[in-house]
Amino acid sequence: MGALSDFGGTLLHLLRDVMPIIGILFGFQLIVLRKKIKHPSRVLIGLIFVILGLAFFLEGLEMVLFPIGRLMAEQLTAPEFIYGEGAVIPALADWTDYYWVYIFAAAIGFATTIAEPALIAVALKANQVSGGTVSVNGLRIAVAMGVATGVALGAFRIVTGAPLHWFIITGYVLVIIQTAFAPKTIIPLAYDSGGVTTSTVTVPLVAALGLGLSETIPGRSPLLDGFGLIAFASLFPIIAVMAYAQLSALRAPKHDGPTRTQEINDH
Amino acid sequence: MTALLMQPLRSLRDSFMDLLPIILVVSFFQFAVLQQPLPNVAKLLTGIFMVMLGLALFIQGLKMALFPLGEEMAFNFVRAGSLWWLFLFAFTLGFGTTVAEPALIAISDEAATIAAAGGMINNNEDSQASYALGLRLTVALAVGVSLLLSVLRILKGWPVQYLIIGGYIGVVIMTSFAPPEIIGIAYDSGGVATSTVTVPLVTALGVGLASSIRGRDPMLDGFGLIALASMMPIIFVMAYGMLI
Repeated sequence: MGALSDFGGTLLHLLRDVMPIIGILFGFQLIVLRKKIKHPSRVLIGLIFVILGLAFFLEGLEMVLFPIGRLMAEQLTAPEFIYGEGAVIPALADWTDYYWVYIFAAAIGFATTIAEPALIAVALKANQVSGGTVSVNGLRIAVAMGVATGVALGAFRIVTGAPLHWFIITGYVLVIIQTAFAPKTIIPLAYDSGGVTTSTVTVPLVAALGLGLSETIPGRSPLLDGFGLIAFASLFPIIAVMAYAQLSALRAPKHDGPTRTQEINDH
Repeated sequence: MTALLMQPLRSLRDSFMDLLPIILVVSFFQFAVLQQPLPNVAKLLTGIFMVMLGLALFIQGLKMALFPLGEEMAFNFVRAGSLWWLFLFAFTLGFGTTVAEPALIAISDEAATIAAAGGMINNNEDSQASYALGLRLTVALAVGVSLLLSVLRILKGWPVQYLIIGGYIGVVIMTSFAPPEIIGIAYDSGGVATSTVTVPLVTALGVGLASSIRGRDPMLDGFGLIALASMMPIIFVMAYGMLI
């Protein structure tokens, strides 16, 4: 009974979120463009699928994954786990003691990104638009590896207390250098993949990890240090996707790789 | 008949593969590292099935509704040649989908609390509420402006990297001047602008515009809308923090 009313609540929330979008779309389509919607019944069923699908997806995550993941983040960052039962936390945390935290950060960052619906959507579109040269799973794995690196590095930063902006600025400089050398066709897609990672699945778990770390490590504040992880999770996929394209271009300079489409498409 | 039955089964299997990494990671840490038993197996399996079903339905709905709608709107605007309406549509879509976003409402309330605690605004309910509302409107305005700018970029054929790199240089410079309390919020507000429903729609809109305008390449010009929509709020929110 409780689960059912939870589901109803999620569904209602989603309807409230999606209604303005549908209103704007149909408003412009019918009033400004004065065009009928093609295959209205198909579109309607599709919209119902989207809303119902997201409701099931979020409710299922809330039921199993988020509680376990949050608990895990708490347990892994707890002083009892890292220093053993009854041990005292040293005032200056040694970053090497937190190796399970980095491994967990990387693994959960990778795994949640693979399941991210917005990333699947962008990968499907990119695959279609590129005529198959950008593979759906290749792009998703590259983005997921970027998120994994970003979240692990972000956890390391919280443990050591190194200033956030140095990492971010170094990351941006790397992005600028890569932009100059990466195949042109991949650049807009790489930039986009930074934004899609920070949606439904990844953020709650990564935020829980950041919060757990910044609460237990002496000298960190959840308000100031809890934030950085998300910024890392959106920066590193850009680097990873461009690196993936650069590697494929290096490996297959004469074959139909991403570089090939670039030559065809350049005008 | 078999095709009708196979299609949903295949979608479910795909969704299961999408979830497999999470299941493996969580089980490994639960059993091997933390050495704890799984809580409530029946609930766990129900939850996993709901996530699988939800993902399969969402992707089906994406192909049936969100992608075609976004592209169709782009084609129609280009064919009608009504540029001003297209700009208005892009702005409204960005502003309208962001202003009601629950994640944004949550983050602006939190920001107001931090700002009050940091002494940036008066510590009473009225000024906190107006600060939170101001922040919400700022982020929504930023997303609206970013989509408008992206449409203009596609029409003109400007390379996306100039806008993004220029913007991020702006972010770095502003970071050194903005009040420290706002910086974390600003960086996070970039992420909330792109919800799971908006991303496919905006991507389809960009690709649709780039494919229906002569001389534009969908790969080079059609992507990059999400990137700009995640960057613009950082700049706008830091500016908001500096002005208030």
